[in-house]
Amino acid sequence: MSTHHRKTLVVAGHGMVGHRFVQAAIERGLTETYDLVVVGDEPRAAYDRVALTSFFEVGADELSFLPAGVYDDPRVRLLTGTEVEGFDPETRCVLLSGGEVVQYDELVLATGAAPFVPPIPGHDLDGCFVYRTIEDLEAIRDAATTAKVGAVIGGGLLGLEAANALAQLGLETHVVEMAPRLMAVQVDAAGGAVLTRHIEELGLTVHTGSATERVLGDDRVTGLALKDREPVAAEIVVFSAGIRPRDRLARDAGLELAERGGVLVDERCRTSDEHVWAIGECAAPGGRMYGLVAPGYAMAEVVVDALLGGPGSFTGADMSTKLKLMGVDVASFGDAFAATDGALELVFSDAVAGIYKKLVVSEDGKQLLGGILVGDASAYGVLRPMVASGIELPDNPEELILPAGRGGAGVELPDEAQVCSCNDVTKGDIIAAAATHGTTRAGSTCGSCKAQTKKIIEDWFESQGKVVDRSLCEHFALTRQELFEVIAVHGHTRFDDIVAAHGTGRGCDICKPAIASILASQINGHVLEGDRRTLQDTNDAYLANIQRNGTYSVVPRIAGGEITPDKLIVIGEVARDFDLYTKITGGQRIDLLGARMEQLPAIWRRLVDAGFESGHAYGKSLRTVKSCVGSTWCRYGVQDSTQLAIDLELRYRGLRSPHKLKGGVSGCARECAEARSKDFGVIATEKGWNLYVAGNGGANPAHAQLLAGDLDRETLVRYLDRFLMYYIRTADRLQRTAPWVDGLDGGLDRVRAVVVDDVLGLGTELEAAMARHVDTYVDEWSATLDDPDKLARFVSFVNAPDTPDPHISFTSVRGQVQPADSDGPVSLGRTIPVGAPQ
Amino acid sequence: MNGGVPVCRLDQIEVEGGVAALVEGAAVAIFRTHDGNVYAISNYDPCSQASVLARGIVGTRGDVSFVASPMHKQAFDLRTGQCLDDAAVRVPTYDVRVDDGMVLVGRPHEEGP
Repeated sequence: MSTHHRKTLVVAGHGMVGHRFVQAAIERGLTETYDLVVVGDEPRAAYDRVALTSFFEVGADELSFLPAGVYDDPRVRLLTGTEVEGFDPETRCVLLSGGEVVQYDELVLATGAAPFVPPIPGHDLDGCFVYRTIEDLEAIRDAATTAKVGAVIGGGLLGLEAANALAQLGLETHVVEMAPRLMAVQVDAAGGAVLTRHIEELGLTVHTGSATERVLGDDRVTGLALKDREPVAAEIVVFSAGIRPRDRLARDAGLELAERGGVLVDERCRTSDEHVWAIGECAAPGGRMYGLVAPGYAMAEVVVDALLGGPGSFTGADMSTKLKLMGVDVASFGDAFAATDGALELVFSDAVAGIYKKLVVSEDGKQLLGGILVGDASAYGVLRPMVASGIELPDNPEELILPAGRGGAGVELPDEAQVCSCNDVTKGDIIAAAATHGTTRAGSTCGSCKAQTKKIIEDWFESQGKVVDRSLCEHFALTRQELFEVIAVHGHTRFDDIVAAHGTGRGCDICKPAIASILASQINGHVLEGDRRTLQDTNDAYLANIQRNGTYSVVPRIAGGEITPDKLIVIGEVARDFDLYTKITGGQRIDLLGARMEQLPAIWRRLVDAGFESGHAYGKSLRTVKSCVGSTWCRYGVQDSTQLAIDLELRYRGLRSPHKLKGGVSGCARECAEARSKDFGVIATEKGWNLYVAGNGGANPAHAQLLAGDLDRETLVRYLDRFLMYYIRTADRLQRTAPWVDGLDGGLDRVRAVVVDDVLGLGTELEAAMARHVDTYVDEWSATLDDPDKLARFVSFVNAPDTPDPHISFTSVRGQVQPADSDGPVSLGRTIPVGAPQ
Repeated sequence: MNGGVPVCRLDQIEVEGGVAALVEGAAVAIFRTHDGNVYAISNYDPCSQASVLARGIVGTRGDVSFVASPMHKQAFDLRTGQCLDDAAVRVPTYDVRVDDGMVLVGRPHEEGP
């Protein structure tokens, strides 16, 4: 392909669907032929609008699909805060709001939809809002600071999301819906009644069958006048009465529109102009508009396919919906209203528990056509694919919706059953990925199929005869978490008692260090005290890191990476005097390598006398809290990140944990301390600190996720205390924080519920456990130097304490010592697991 | 065995711990197990080519007392020096006895006892 004939493709709109189009274009190689110019009118790059309600909780960064603001592919140019003013199909030009004119070969319209505001009197008063963009939510949040009561016009899916947002902001909240029930598109009268009861139990007021006649107020909103009802007083009104496709560009250009709005496109999503395409909510394939993200994604893929010469087409979409609204499960799928001729309904209703489930089955009772679930949508994962795949119903279909204790049939889905409707992933795709350690996009958009996906994978592994055995080792048929609880409940402090009461044999190199770590977490004594010494791995046993030739490395703590010139000189002098190799570590400290075991006490005597303490580089424990210079020096810094990093490192130093722990603190959003690659990362904001958790570098890098935003220092430390102790108590052996969070039922949400919302009521206990740790911390090395019993073990030979090991020899490379080459290849032995059991 | 070189007192070796001793120029790892036995094998770990076995964790696999190399965790049978993770690897064992609280180390056995 000739590179000097590159073509240009303009994407008008950078919402979820526009973003998906660009992603697919990059992934499938469309950018080999086309330069992409992507124009979005919002001030920021695409973000997760489906999760918009969580904006108040997690902030804009967390919702962003493109936090860096640019695509990895240099052939994609993204313009945000820019409108497409118009385009001319004749000359194939688009005009941008800045005055720039871009020539295109192909134009993709992905302009989405706009909230519909009914033209009732007063709709434009101060205090009236819509609910679509982050800017809308920011405006609502600002207005809520002085308001007490809010009303949402529209009780559909989005209206309830908006009501949830108002309630989250602490407002007394009303929902006004013209139809006789909430979510009229998705649920029937009985389901709507159950839903209304749930919503009212949460303290919201629901007005169904109520038409709004006017918004009351002179220049500011004071309330709503309802037809044949008492007026509702409110200072904030949010319109959520449906959406309308943003099709102005196509209309102005003379393209064909659908009768009820939207750019008319064929099944390849091509408009009436052969070089213009439309996808997502602005498009109307076959005259029908789709107001969900999954059909939009499908249209994006179809257009990429078409431009690559592929056969893809869009022939309609599954409009199934499952969501959790204010803690209430609601799902609606297939022919939910029994519109099919002869369709029969099967209903299970439990008014006390607030559960309503309805199945719509074919006349012969053999096919599931659709259904509605309110209050408990756990069956959705099985039921929806049954509709899509046409699998025959079992003999007693009612079992599918009866509570588990009263039957509850297990249904085996066929491989072609679609499990993730957002990304069109079938059960077969998931199993194929599980078998080859591959990945799918299942669960990555709305997340409603995650539980089903997990179950398919687990069932598959089980069918392969693979059981995830979580026993610690042959000596303990317990997980680390169970062992942690058993030891705590019985108050054990000695390995002998633990193995006698709960294990078999005499332990091994797996259970002994795990128990040493658990005991260290619970009683925080010296790791070399009493019989705990023989439980330690060699690094902990000698308070240093063993190296390939049997020597050790020494890492003094340099909290936050800050060190005085005098102390720096001491490190240099010690290294010179003991002929140690020195290297700067990734954690902003200095590694001194090549120390013989018998030299360690003398080296540490010098370091401790100069004011150094153990850096715990040898322990499954806190390593470092990396920092930038923050507001003290940096012209961009907004908070004193160095001070916080030092304080956190000193607070958590010596804390033994299931695996090593690393932290970072950045003084501004530039993130120079790389805090999000750490188990806990703190990033300064104008208002305080954002706390991220569960990141790591290494073989399986993970970005830390936002746990809570804009925290003051006291709250930050409290959440961190809880997070770390919760991890220490419940993680598997050698499981770092990222796989631990992934493996928790509920993932990060679960961590947030425990740490921030304190749903288990454990907060005080976890904080107290951390306070005990902080209060009882002593430097392991100075305690060792003060104890002749502990020092006695630091000898090369018990009968020749000062004779160096003759196997150890060095050469000099680049002016420093290095281990002399050994005789041949080293056998690494069995692999050491570094994550959760797969 | 009779004779042997005295290397340390028994109480200098922790239960389920080990010490290294220099016996006629060779590094010997001496271990004391929970059942009261004392074993001696070469301190040299052929897998990692470092003299470190005395620093390993002592435990049991089934009924066999073993030490795990502190370098890469290969297990060695304390009675025979056999590597339990690689049939082709074995380390020499040494005669060892305790007399009046003293540990004495004798001849090596390249092929096990």
